[in-house]
Amino acid sequence: MTNKSVTEKKSVLAGAIENTVNWVDERFPLTSNVKAHLTEYYAPKNFNFWYFFGSLAMLVLVIQIVTGIFLTMHYKPDASPLDGILGNPSVAFASVEYIMRDVPWGYVIRYMHSTGASMFFVVIYLHMFRGIIYSSYRNPRELIWLFGMGIFLALMGEAFFGYLLPWGQMSYWGAQVITSLFGTVPLIGPDLMEWLRGDYLVGDATLNRFFAFHVIALPLVLLGLVTAHLIALHEVGSNNPDGVEIKKTKDKKTGIPLDGIPFHPYYTVKDMVGVVVFLIVFSAIIFFAPEVGGYFLEANNFVPANPLVTPSHIAPTWYFTPYYSILRAVPPIGVSQFPGVVAMGLSVVVFAFLPWLDRGAVKSIRYRGTLYKKWLFAFVVSFLVLGYLGTVPADKFGQFGAWLGKADIATVVARIFTVVYFAFFLLMPWYTKRDKTLPVPERVTG
Amino acid sequence: MSDNHSDKHQAGSQSEPASTSVDLEKRKFLIATSAVGALGCAAAAVPFVKSMTPSERAKAAGAPVEVDIAKVAPGEMMVAEYRGQPVWIIHRTKEMLEKLAHHDAQLKDPKSEVPQQPDYCKENDRAIKAEYAVMLGTCTHLGCSPNSRFDVTPDWDGGFVCPCHGSKFDLAGRVFQGSPAPTNLVVPKYHYLTETTLLIGVDPEGKA
Repeated sequence: MTNKSVTEKKSVLAGAIENTVNWVDERFPLTSNVKAHLTEYYAPKNFNFWYFFGSLAMLVLVIQIVTGIFLTMHYKPDASPLDGILGNPSVAFASVEYIMRDVPWGYVIRYMHSTGASMFFVVIYLHMFRGIIYSSYRNPRELIWLFGMGIFLALMGEAFFGYLLPWGQMSYWGAQVITSLFGTVPLIGPDLMEWLRGDYLVGDATLNRFFAFHVIALPLVLLGLVTAHLIALHEVGSNNPDGVEIKKTKDKKTGIPLDGIPFHPYYTVKDMVGVVVFLIVFSAIIFFAPEVGGYFLEANNFVPANPLVTPSHIAPTWYFTPYYSILRAVPPIGVSQFPGVVAMGLSVVVFAFLPWLDRGAVKSIRYRGTLYKKWLFAFVVSFLVLGYLGTVPADKFGQFGAWLGKADIATVVARIFTVVYFAFFLLMPWYTKRDKTLPVPERVTG
Repeated sequence: MSDNHSDKHQAGSQSEPASTSVDLEKRKFLIATSAVGALGCAAAAVPFVKSMTPSERAKAAGAPVEVDIAKVAPGEMMVAEYRGQPVWIIHRTKEMLEKLAHHDAQLKDPKSEVPQQPDYCKENDRAIKAEYAVMLGTCTHLGCSPNSRFDVTPDWDGGFVCPCHGSKFDLAGRVFQGSPAPTNLVVPKYHYLTETTLLIGVDPEGKA
């Protein structure tokens, strides 16, 4: 009955849209990009729970950028005392309190940003763990992994620089300790440290440059790396929980992988579910426990920075604690703390070598043998134990007796797990080769 | 224009083998200009890298400080400030100096072999003149400021105790064994301008 009129009505609007799209397409590859990256990007049909975290990382990135822009409208990177009265909290500290107390909805935006920082690491760690259990870093996806490592490093930089900005006790002393690490570099250390701080101590110059790194330099690097990460991913195609290359079995007529489904609408819809669940958790934290018991926002950071009073216990936020544990666990050579600093650096960078350390016959953990699984389990345990130990003082569990030179129990445990941590990587070529793997199916198993 | 150019180029490379189509003169020129360009970029980076070093204002604030030590009574200390850090000046009595020689066995580095002091402060109990000890009052563990504890007891010869993690130092700033602090306290560069004035931050030879 009205079929015709509907098509006519539709055609007016559809025609207008089509004309516009055509106009754009003649000047910019809009349709071809939408096809290449969404509607005709074929992803394996067997993605599971672990595949939520890539898109969630993008979501958190957007949250951080948007909330960050609005925080910058009120924040002041200025370490001088408020109203010029010595002994007052700094202008920076006061501007954060101003956001929390006086700016309409300011506290929500700030808690979104501070919670977003921690959730970024939650999501990224799960995303990286996915990459490890399914060996998504293996040929031909090494570059995706390396771009990802770049993103991870940039993210750590963002978190570190951002943490100084409120100019609280933990901000100040955290920056003091971390910049001191550069002072341990042989020969150039002290000059390097001075160059990083821009003064003889962590001060206003340091705050201003950290602000610049945090709000412009690193975000630009991050966006560039995320783009490269995605371009590389879409060039070679996604891995999947079976570790089977879906491009090997294509439909002869269309050339579309038989086990592939278009990213849009299938995975956009699936990812929406992940987004909803994530936002429930995210909102719960923001509104009910924004400090998460001192793990997301440390109590000492609600105290204005005081260069003359050191907090009795300096601990980084939870996402840095595994590496911080390693820093503390490695004993100094003579008086030089540099070996610990190198070990800490390596503990982060070593992930980048995974594509070349793994000599396994299969990619997915589904077809790995027990040897690999035991090592992976040992690594996960050591990562978590080191992470926990990094949050507590070294003398938390007392000391051993004289038979072990009265060493701190926590330090000895951290040393053992530091060895396990590195053994997971360094022995990987050996145990992945020796591992008794299962046969891999021709096609994905759904 | 550009279309014509690329057409010509394609025609050229099709008719000749690839090796002979390389214009070596042009390549040399390109390498030379790239090298000069790279040098230019390196030169242009200098202002940016240098801009991150301490500014003139920061340097002025971190300039050497003159300290009058005439008023420090024997057995007492004063605190000066240099580059945002407390500098202790301790007027050591004869008894204090005598006691310093008696606990070497309990120290991590009794002979001050770790370069935590200028060479001219290795002797005389880590001072230019033994009566006046000069050192930075920041713990070598994590930078807290230790408290003075000059009262002598049978098992304490007088010194400093850090409130943060319990590091102990003697009156020459030497660290006791069993302290978390790895090294002795830092002795800054300094010299005597007159009998009773110090300039902290500059060697006797005038090197900052």
